[in-house]
Amino acid sequence: MPEKLFRVALREALKEEMERDDRVFCIGEDIGLFGGSYRVTEGLLDQFGPMRVVDTPIAEEVIVGSAIGAAISGLRPVVEIMTINFSLLAYDQIVQNAAKIRYMFGGEVTVPLVVRLPGGAGHQLSSQHSHSFEALYAMIPGLLTVAPTTPEDAKGLLKAAIRTENPVMFLESMSLYNTRGEVPDDDYETPIGKAAVRRVGRDLTIVGVSRQAVLAGLAAQRLEDEDVDAEVIDLRSLRPIDWSTLIDSVQKTNRCLVVEEGWTTYGVGAEVAAGLQQRVFDDLDAPILRLGGAEVPMPYNRELERAAIPSVDDIVREALRVVGRRVAA
Amino acid sequence: MTDVNMPKLSDTMEEGTVLDWKKRDGEQIRKGEVLAEIESDKASFEIESEADGILHIVVDRGKPVPVGQLIARITGPDEEPPAPPPQAPVASVEAPAPQVEAVAAEPPVAVAGSQPSPTTDGLRVKASPVARRLAAELGVDLSAVQGTGPEGRVVKEDVLAAARRRSGPRPLQPAPRPAGPEVEIVEPTRMQATIARRMAESKATVPHFYVTVEARVDEAVKVREQLKEQVPSAAQVTMTDFLTRACAIALTRYPQVNSSWVDGRFERKRSVNIGLAVAPAQGLGLLVPVVHDVDRKDLIQISIESRQVIERARSGRPQPGDLEGGTFSISNLGMYGVDEFAAIINPPEAAILAVGRIKEAAVVEDGRLSVGKVMRMTLAVDHRVFYGATAAQFMREVQGLIEHPAVLLLPPDQL
Repeated sequence: MPEKLFRVALREALKEEMERDDRVFCIGEDIGLFGGSYRVTEGLLDQFGPMRVVDTPIAEEVIVGSAIGAAISGLRPVVEIMTINFSLLAYDQIVQNAAKIRYMFGGEVTVPLVVRLPGGAGHQLSSQHSHSFEALYAMIPGLLTVAPTTPEDAKGLLKAAIRTENPVMFLESMSLYNTRGEVPDDDYETPIGKAAVRRVGRDLTIVGVSRQAVLAGLAAQRLEDEDVDAEVIDLRSLRPIDWSTLIDSVQKTNRCLVVEEGWTTYGVGAEVAAGLQQRVFDDLDAPILRLGGAEVPMPYNRELERAAIPSVDDIVREALRVVGRRVAA
Repeated sequence: MTDVNMPKLSDTMEEGTVLDWKKRDGEQIRKGEVLAEIESDKASFEIESEADGILHIVVDRGKPVPVGQLIARITGPDEEPPAPPPQAPVASVEAPAPQVEAVAAEPPVAVAGSQPSPTTDGLRVKASPVARRLAAELGVDLSAVQGTGPEGRVVKEDVLAAARRRSGPRPLQPAPRPAGPEVEIVEPTRMQATIARRMAESKATVPHFYVTVEARVDEAVKVREQLKEQVPSAAQVTMTDFLTRACAIALTRYPQVNSSWVDGRFERKRSVNIGLAVAPAQGLGLLVPVVHDVDRKDLIQISIESRQVIERARSGRPQPGDLEGGTFSISNLGMYGVDEFAAIINPPEAAILAVGRIKEAAVVEDGRLSVGKVMRMTLAVDHRVFYGATAAQFMREVQGLIEHPAVLLLPPDQL
């Protein structure tokens, strides 16, 4: 399989879906002439023209509102919000309309909408531009929420998101755009609702959300030196959660750590930990621990920002705590 | 101020007794320390303090009190010691107790078995959920396990280690025996009833003694293989056939062995008929088909006839005479890996030869150690019919014939 950049895998998904189905179109800020702030949509305007690659004003509520209208009317819009931080301006449209219209109309209309949401910290963009709002979307019934971490999944999940009849919040970690990975040549979908076991282990399960799943894999390598054999699960689908894969893993390892970049309080980790203890209480050998971002507005200072985001070191330390090792503070 | 009440330690517990106060009245205590030992209807438990402070004992030891009744108080550092509690509640509970006893028609047995016995772990052992589950499954007493987890928590590995220590590789709990009567009565087949009667009769009335020899069988094995490869009619000759032929010759030479003790006299048999002990094809039991006149038949004939007679007997279709007229028997358990054994004589015969397996063994010969094939044979003898010296001579004859098997290949009239 050829290796491709994460951003290229996304672009291929958009291109192939637009070629396959002329109801599919892209809409967002700077996605056409400029090629997208992260170069994901580069070249699509030339191929598909301005009717299918729509540059918009800086008005997130309008972008999503229009896309919802288009989706209800039979098109299949793929919205790019420049960053997830700006999606708060469209939160009303997403929560009040996208998530509920199918329900409120008794299933007579569907909202086949994809909202691509680049997010995450680590680029010194300070408090207002560094959010990880996974929980904010994953908590809403009526939305599907996914967060790919590999180019293969980026392409497969985006295709699945475009093809489903329901609104999908498609969370992209900005730090992963330049990562490489193998991408199959054929037309494939990565199913929404399935987690991926990235590494098989027996001592504890580390569930990673978005980019933290990648860091969890690196932490697992480091844990080998400590004679700890970690299983790493990439949650991938935040709603619905793949309980079956999580349960199988924790029933084997008896211990679990959940890692996300967003704030721990009311976070994805809280949901996973609560759901697991409810389902496999009698298999637990230690409390399920959560690791998340520091509970502060993201600092601008490089060192402080680094300290506020879970690192491989942090994951290793928390994993050792989960397996009951004494850890130097 | 914290009240300490009589805890309800099982579903059936209605009252409890402080067996022993582990702390003195007025003593400074800490949360988590053992305060007292409480006896319920089923077992005794230790209870722990739920607060730091000074202990004020309300109920003395040895006095049964109902569940929920105040038994002690714990006061904090700034709190006034409690007023002496009224004794009335205790007395009022004690008063109706005899009535309860008088009314109680049901014996206390009714309690037993209604609930599993409560264990102490729920009260004070810190253990993870999976450790608790495993402890229950493996029958490990959590209170006896040293926890290695944070703050002494008993974790899964501790329970597994305790289970390993306790029992090694032994299964932790034997599977429950299926329900049913302790003894199952099995009716014997007629064959089994006959065997039981005859063997008991033999062992009870025939004075057995036993003589064992070990024979080198390298030659016999080699000859048998040559026959198998080169003589089609002898392809199925067995070691038992060799032995049958050897015994036939030996019996001819030692007619005392081919005899019986009947009504206080010896009966010498003119015929030499050898019975071969075999298991029937179906069911349990023992058959002894007889090859007649083995002294007048060569090895190939013996081989063919014994195979036929054995086959007929095992399949349950013996011909007249197949199971009768034996004057001597051979029982070979070598194919089952038996080294040697002693058989019971099949009356009215005077002896039976029990044969073990052929095995490779270290053999000392002329002061040199070598590897050879050996086979052990034990002759059971009716001491009334012949004696140790004859038995030894007979066995030496059989041994010699087996060790030098060329003779066994000769036709009988050439001997």
